[in-house]
Amino acid sequence: MNDDRPSLSSSLPGQPLGILALQGGVAEHEAHLERLGVPSRLVRTPADLDGLGGIILPGGESTCLSRLLVLFGLDRALRQAHAQGLPMWGTCAGAILLARENIREMPHLGLMDIAVQRNAFGAQLDSFQTTILAPLLAPEPLPVTFIRAPQIVRVGPSVRVLSQQEGYITAAEDAQCLATVFHPELTPTLAFHRHFAQRCGWVFPESVPFLDPTWTPQRWMHVHTSSD
Amino acid sequence: MTDDRFAINAQLAQMLKGGVIMDVVTPDQARMAQEAGAVAVMALERVPADIRKQGGVARMSDPGLIRGVKKAVTIPVMAKVRIGHFVEAQILEELRIDYIDESEVLTPADEECHIDKTAFSIPFVCGCRNLGEALRRVAEGAAMIRTKGEAGTGNVVEAVRHMRTVNREIRALKGLSREEIIPFAKEHGIPFELALKTRELGRLPVVNFAAGGIATPADAALMMQLGADGVFVGSGIFKASDPSKRAAAIVKAVAQFKNPAVLLEASSNLGDAMSGISLEKIPAEERLATRGW
Repeated sequence: MNDDRPSLSSSLPGQPLGILALQGGVAEHEAHLERLGVPSRLVRTPADLDGLGGIILPGGESTCLSRLLVLFGLDRALRQAHAQGLPMWGTCAGAILLARENIREMPHLGLMDIAVQRNAFGAQLDSFQTTILAPLLAPEPLPVTFIRAPQIVRVGPSVRVLSQQEGYITAAEDAQCLATVFHPELTPTLAFHRHFAQRCGWVFPESVPFLDPTWTPQRWMHVHTSSD
Repeated sequence: MTDDRFAINAQLAQMLKGGVIMDVVTPDQARMAQEAGAVAVMALERVPADIRKQGGVARMSDPGLIRGVKKAVTIPVMAKVRIGHFVEAQILEELRIDYIDESEVLTPADEECHIDKTAFSIPFVCGCRNLGEALRRVAEGAAMIRTKGEAGTGNVVEAVRHMRTVNREIRALKGLSREEIIPFAKEHGIPFELALKTRELGRLPVVNFAAGGIATPADAALMMQLGADGVFVGSGIFKASDPSKRAAAIVKAVAQFKNPAVLLEASSNLGDAMSGISLEKIPAEERLATRGW
């Protein structure tokens, strides 16, 4: 990695954050966490959940991921970890896994009181990049990418909306779960990773930016984890 | 294709990483593939093993069939066009599938030019046997690469050869000084800027899946351990005795491709794999991988 950039290391080290690593955009989240100075661990078995400060459920194909969760006993383990208070963040397919209601389909983990509409925009030709506002997280507009994205179409009373577009919600959280239908990890946007890490006990100095000016689309290719 | 569109298209491939893309010829097979955990399906009229057996000119599938597959599943749908057949690609873009495979499995329409993929908004995946071929396709606008292997054989040997060749050539490139890249790029037929980029990244600049001859969970894990980001399985599933079980087992093996305990379990009691063909039995003119350049 280049060393000609300011150190973003957090001032108070928390526990490492897990990233569910069965399929999908895993390295992209690793790269964002690495940029914040937050260590991560790839989660492939229930034992990998021990000692984590939180877990990210990445984007990928939710039908594939939900099947693999069951195959490897991670559905039960994640529900149990949730019951014990582990913070969770689902991006795109991960948000579908967390949702209690999945329009016209069966829910998966069902841990968050939101309803999602899968693949709400259509085909890949309807995928897009845009900037969103999430005033509770960052003062500036944040670039994010929607890839065959779902929409959050309803949130329960325990859930607060963090960002919305006309007609649908794009980011929301409750006391324990964060759900984003877009991919900040495919953009320079660090605000959501920073926010989630804070919820997991990490503390960052004011100087940690919401956007990483050094980000490139190939950043994930540089990720090398000790556990991989 | 704008730079932004290319980035989004390359990023869809990123979301497929660690997954299995399966060939299907009917909506029922597509549903079964999705149920087994496929991250995408490739809709076609005949799997490569049948194309190989039946011969004749293999073309883009009837859009009616592709539409049927699209309706049957919620995962991304891919379909193949002939190398260089940009009108077949225009038709599939109009059909709004998720990814086009400009594929050597079909009979090439152009022996000189591949499709100018930058002229499209829809993403393309293209095959390669080596680094030069991969980067020429990226230069033409491919947002995803797959090593070709030899489709429809159930024999993984060519897939291994192509993946090892790409890896070896990238290692060679990494060891070169800047001025040495010029002769390397010339020798391999690579645009200089892409050679430079690949050297810096130490890997192909887009997601790279393995394809062609993968028939077992062990084959799939082998390709993953050799550095593939995911795998395509064509004839290997629906030419096996128990497609549903085999499909699920390959998905499982790819998800934990370095875990021997998982691989042991995934490999057990699957019924018969497709019988397969040894490569020496295939005359040079019937090899699919040599189509395209």
